[in-house]
Amino acid sequence: MRRFETLLGLAAAVLMVVAAILAPWLKFVLTIALAKGIAVIGIMLLLRAGQVSFGHAVFIGLSAYAVAFLAPAVPEALVLLIAGTAVATVSGLLIGLFVSRYREIFFGMLNLALSMVIYSVLEKFYSITKGTDGIRVELPRFAGMALERADFEWAIFALALVLAIGFALFARLYLASPMGQALSAIKTRETRLEFMGVPARQVLLSAYVLSALMGGVAGALIAMTTRHVTPLLAYWTASGELVFIAILGGAGSVLGPFLGAVTFELVRIYAGAAVADAWQMILGGVLLAVILFAPGGLWGMIQGALRRRAAP
Amino acid sequence: MAEWFQDNSGLLGLALLDGLASAGLIFLVAVGLNLVFGVLRIVNVAHGSLYAIGAYAAASVGIFFASLGLPAWASLPALFIAAALVGVVLGPLIERFILRRIYGQEEVLQLLVTFALFMILEDVQKLIWGVQPVQHDVAMRYLGTFDVPFAGDVVPFTAYQLFVLPGVALVVLVGLAWFLRRTLTGRVIVAVTTDREAATAMGIDARRVFLLTFTFGAILAALGGALSSPTGAIVPGIGPQTIVLSFAVVATAGLGQTEGAALTALMIGLGRSIAVYFEPELEVVVPYIIMLAVLLVRPQGLFGTTTTRRI
Repeated sequence: MRRFETLLGLAAAVLMVVAAILAPWLKFVLTIALAKGIAVIGIMLLLRAGQVSFGHAVFIGLSAYAVAFLAPAVPEALVLLIAGTAVATVSGLLIGLFVSRYREIFFGMLNLALSMVIYSVLEKFYSITKGTDGIRVELPRFAGMALERADFEWAIFALALVLAIGFALFARLYLASPMGQALSAIKTRETRLEFMGVPARQVLLSAYVLSALMGGVAGALIAMTTRHVTPLLAYWTASGELVFIAILGGAGSVLGPFLGAVTFELVRIYAGAAVADAWQMILGGVLLAVILFAPGGLWGMIQGALRRRAAP
Repeated sequence: MAEWFQDNSGLLGLALLDGLASAGLIFLVAVGLNLVFGVLRIVNVAHGSLYAIGAYAAASVGIFFASLGLPAWASLPALFIAAALVGVVLGPLIERFILRRIYGQEEVLQLLVTFALFMILEDVQKLIWGVQPVQHDVAMRYLGTFDVPFAGDVVPFTAYQLFVLPGVALVVLVGLAWFLRRTLTGRVIVAVTTDREAATAMGIDARRVFLLTFTFGAILAALGGALSSPTGAIVPGIGPQTIVLSFAVVATAGLGQTEGAALTALMIGLGRSIAVYFEPELEVVVPYIIMLAVLLVRPQGLFGTTTTRRI
């Protein structure tokens, strides 16, 4: 299965490149989907521990704003990526120190509350953040090269693809490591983990900081793709979307988040084009159908189909 | 300090009255959310959508009543009729056909089902009532204003916000306490909240209790929305705003605490309205700061009790 997973992942990456070349408008959608997929890997780590964060979009938002603020001063995409990620990671550590003491509903609600505080700050302090108008992101250089807009978009797409593959491989190793195993044990029975001398809070905290880091990477990529950041990036419904993508893709494989993100973005675009006022309803319907009829998500469906073929 | 108080007493009085009125609304929504969580163990993200639909429906029923030529006083009962309609139609529909299929599943999935419902209901609102602000404030204008003496000043305030909103909240608070403690159905709900397994073993039909509680919670959410509708324009987005606010109230009070939710709603309502008048930038942040401060000191909430950990 693991070999199949790797092959499928590579095939999907090639398919994405081909699709982006054949239909250039897809490049934008796919870059966003890859970025969100990276953030959702972070959500998946927390889901392994049985914890749902309804506030993770805040790390995307913080990183995106860091990129927007720094872009005029440091017009270099790679530096901006690192800076945005650093801001998100440090915030993740600070918030994580607080929320890692809590579990389940309280964990979810505290994340929600903190994200709403940061969202409100972004929205209300108009003099600094331009409120709901948002900030335009200046076109930075890429690795020292001043690129045309279209070439820059290609560069960010390639960067997102490489980072997505890197984080997927990393997450697979992490989940298989003792750290990752301990993470699942928080879900099954945390007290027993502590009886073994494993500090559960630190296990959760390290996963939390990692998830914030991945959110930061996603935020920087999104900021440089859309070239416009608004507080809505950090609103709680955006956080809900991340959890949605995680469930849609399925938490069984590191490919799940990307399967989910691409499907989510494509459904959103096609539904938005077909019925302007009802795309949310269509997405909600898809989510309901997945939970009620395919709780393993898209990855679970693929796995089930493979097993049925292998069985007879 | 004394001087500041003297200078701002009128404003402060207005802030306190405003806070009381909004605390009443927040309480109605939060207590429904709390009740549903206590019994079904599901955090209903779509609770805020029921609030929004309640508000829109109240405006529609009010306009319908007016078109029938009914007098202005009829716009008051119209609010309650709209809330009851929304709750009785949507509550059982959601519980019977969607929630019932996911009881006993992972918490994440339960949460996400209500998130899916939230997404669907948000667009249902837009399809039915459009995205333009809807306003129907006959009920508030009918009751007129009332001069409230405060610290030597006179603060004119709408009688609707002064009496109806806190009054209904108080009636719900007392009525709910009486219902849960003194009636058989109420005690059955408490039994299921405390220990579902033991309650079921005693022969309680948990399914009936779930249906009843969810419908009741939906009516309370819709009532909150309906009562809020005369006080301002109804715009898309009030659902998501309301739900996060009532999450904050429920988490601060401690899960399953009715009286605690009332006190917390009062605290958050007052804190928010004082912010509106003196530091408007902080308005949205105040509830969450109160929540974070409380949870930092008491992780189980102000009135919550600790649960034992399973081994």
